[in-house]
Amino acid sequence: MSETHSAIAAVLVAAAVTWGLRALPFAALATMRTVDTVDYFSTRMPAGVMIILAVYSLSDLPLPQPQSLVPLTALAVTVGLHLWRGNALLSILGGTTVHVVLSSTVPTP
Amino acid sequence: MRISPDLRVAFTDSAPVGLGFVPLGLAYGVLVVQADLDWWWAGLSALLIYGGSFEFLLVGMVTAAAPLAAVAAGAFMVNFRHVFYALSFPLHRIRSGAGKAYATFALSDEAYALATSERSRTWPGRRILWSQLHMHAYWVGSATAGALVGGFVPDSVQGLDFALTALFTVLALDALKDTRSDMPTPVLAAGSALAGLLLFPDQMLVAAFAFLAAGLLVRHLASRRRPSHV
Repeated sequence: MSETHSAIAAVLVAAAVTWGLRALPFAALATMRTVDTVDYFSTRMPAGVMIILAVYSLSDLPLPQPQSLVPLTALAVTVGLHLWRGNALLSILGGTTVHVVLSSTVPTP
Repeated sequence: MRISPDLRVAFTDSAPVGLGFVPLGLAYGVLVVQADLDWWWAGLSALLIYGGSFEFLLVGMVTAAAPLAAVAAGAFMVNFRHVFYALSFPLHRIRSGAGKAYATFALSDEAYALATSERSRTWPGRRILWSQLHMHAYWVGSATAGALVGGFVPDSVQGLDFALTALFTVLALDALKDTRSDMPTPVLAAGSALAGLLLFPDQMLVAAFAFLAAGLLVRHLASRRRPSHV
């Protein structure tokens, strides 16, 4: 299998798994939409999921090393901008710009 | 040409999310060509997978020639959270079979957030579908554009992948604001994330989601035993 073929195969596999996860639960839940446990989960799960994803995307920080100062600075800018202005686009652009500038200019040992 | 009113309002509904997708999609496209993958691969993966967080991870897996089983396992773990979206996404408002199929296919985090928000409670199915289509198009378009211009971005420009961290951080902050009256949920989520990191560093996402689900279930059952507190 050539590199191109395996790159396409990887997309198809990921697409099939992703769609399956999005679509199949609807079939399973069709009969229990009114159950109060389902209702309880649906109001609390989204916030919890986002918090876990945020921790996950930060989990590869090389914490004791000085290199982690770059992502930590960018993170502080993102959080600061978001608490200050509450504009998602501004916070993402600002944090990412700081990260790109710092990691492109600060030499990594 | 007559433009359906649902199409026009859906454009306005999805514009804020769409604008958030553009820098992320551009970053994704640039990352794809920086990883020596073809530019069209960015568009193809954005169109067919349409799950930003896993797409960023997949770039690394494909360049490392990871086996397809690892890709499937990775997609399953990272996207398992979508299982819970069926609990409250208003699929019953969408009438046609093809519409329902597309709505589940394009059920991204942001589509879920928009379709379950307070202001969307009265939206008909067509308005939800159109806004999903708009968001999907923003993502595919910006990923492709990013890959096309990515060839001109010097390799010395590093660190675009932080866009994903920034996105999740912003979504988590917004979620925290929404649950201010229900502090145990964020605390439980943060605890689940840390426990997942410490106990199962290789399977952190699955472990953390399982801890969160188990914790919520225990809380729910406990509160049902004390009906006076509900």
